[in-house]
Amino acid sequence: MNDLTGLTIAAIREGLAKRDFSALELTDAYLEVIDAANPLLNAYIVVTAEKARDMARASDQRIAAGEARALEGVPLGIKDLFCTKGVHSQAGSHILDGFQPTYESTITQNLWDDGAVMLGKLNMDEFAMGSSNETSYYGPVVNPWRKRGGNADLVPGGSSGGSASAVAAMLCAGATATDTGGSIRQPAAFTGTVGIKPTYGRCSRWGIVAFASSLDQAGPIARTVRDAAILLQSMASVDPKDTTSADIEVPDYEMAVGESVRGMKIGVPKEYRMDGMPDEIETLWRQGIEWYRAAGAEIVDISLPHTKYALPAYYIVGPAEASSNLARYDGVRYGLRVAGDDIIDMYEKTRAAGFGKEVKRRVLIGTYVLSAGYYDAYYVKAQKVRTLIKRDFEEVFDSGIDAILTPATPSAAFGIGEKGGADPVEMYLNDIFTVTANMSGLPGIAVPAGQDADGLPMALQLIGRPFDEATLFRAGQVIEDAAGFFSPPRWW
Amino acid sequence: MSVDKDIVKHVAHLARIKVSDAEAEALRGELNTILGWVEQLNEVDVDGVEPMTSVIPVAMKKRADDVTDGGKAADIVSNAPATEDHYFLVPKVVE
Repeated sequence: MNDLTGLTIAAIREGLAKRDFSALELTDAYLEVIDAANPLLNAYIVVTAEKARDMARASDQRIAAGEARALEGVPLGIKDLFCTKGVHSQAGSHILDGFQPTYESTITQNLWDDGAVMLGKLNMDEFAMGSSNETSYYGPVVNPWRKRGGNADLVPGGSSGGSASAVAAMLCAGATATDTGGSIRQPAAFTGTVGIKPTYGRCSRWGIVAFASSLDQAGPIARTVRDAAILLQSMASVDPKDTTSADIEVPDYEMAVGESVRGMKIGVPKEYRMDGMPDEIETLWRQGIEWYRAAGAEIVDISLPHTKYALPAYYIVGPAEASSNLARYDGVRYGLRVAGDDIIDMYEKTRAAGFGKEVKRRVLIGTYVLSAGYYDAYYVKAQKVRTLIKRDFEEVFDSGIDAILTPATPSAAFGIGEKGGADPVEMYLNDIFTVTANMSGLPGIAVPAGQDADGLPMALQLIGRPFDEATLFRAGQVIEDAAGFFSPPRWW
Repeated sequence: MSVDKDIVKHVAHLARIKVSDAEAEALRGELNTILGWVEQLNEVDVDGVEPMTSVIPVAMKKRADDVTDGGKAADIVSNAPATEDHYFLVPKVVE
């Protein structure tokens, strides 16, 4: 960190407007800290230094001409899942070796249209499948947070682990991320950053490598609630290229930040507990409830009875959709090809070499649950359970609840290599509190709320009504105001 | 429901992923762990419940049947491992 990289996006906007520094100086400051930190943190797969400087110079010209846009000169990191024209876009996978799109994703185009600067592509779990960023072809990402007095490397969470690590270590002012079961909120929770998964359909999926199309949704990871609001403002749009993009105008999210929550009804669901959950998470949750009471909100005990079934249903729906989406990686149109005796052999060898263990596991589960004779027992059943999960939320919101407060994750960050080695389900349980929002399409935000006995960050989650991200920003600021700002002591 | 090694190999073939015998054996254990865990969905009464088809109730968008894009053959094949004259090359399929 140096003086410039320590600034929030809101402060960058102000500093650039007052000519305290130039966009190029800011970008150079980031490129310098990335150079030093990345060999240790592995957050970036590719740094696009020249492109970043060109974009920053263009921003300086805009500012000089008095034509600064919403994100003018703001240096961002982009998750490798987003297609960026002429730049490495491989979803953290070997099978997309050498892939450089000839087009730009809608979200990144929106960011560049608003003046943002691209620093590079961020590491992630392969095809966004993972909760620890250990499944990347490019190696694990390291969390800038360590246990107090310890020097063991911890995971940053996943799948947007590179995004979360880079934001926490101040290697970018903010980052794009995606969330299929918790991949924005869980890494945000593990790194003391703010992450929001908006409502399904709020951000265009066009140009984002697909994992599970009915669950995938992009959003930002940022240092503060306000910065997350500023970023989502630019990322969200109505896009004719995505048929599931909602025809609803994007409201002014930043306006909501700092608005009072007096009179707001915050629901506290009794089902968001799990066996073995540390007392510290429970205490954090109670602390959050007290903060809202003190801010004038009404706390209401609620029940979401199908909560425990969301994760097992997700592990049918997600892999089923993934097995279909990932059928396109056949060694013919892009990426890796391994020669075979005939075309089938070529497909099989290419996919065997190109996909990592977790991706293979999920493609096989998906293929199995969609195969003849099992479709009704697994896939249709899971989609029925999904209807019930969504109905639970609808009943709660119909009763007048404005937002639901839960822990974001069942634990703080754990060690690299510590989980999921023998039992894949052990790793999957990380998403137990976040996956319900994906299954029901609802917006969810993770906001850092405290530190455990080892000094590691922990977060609370707010889940909102469809397309009511504004309420999450408004309510999220209450946690930030009470808990303060979390930054890891620098060791890298 | 659980899978044996032959089913794993059959499913892997359907998914066009080559797996060795040793890999199939490891996958058998992992897949059975996952399938055993999702069994808990059987506790849920779903009688009369419609399966979800769209998570947010929106009407399917349609656009006019107009040509809006095209003339990009070079772009389309630019990332392919083997091409010739804007065609993708694959191993011989028809004898």
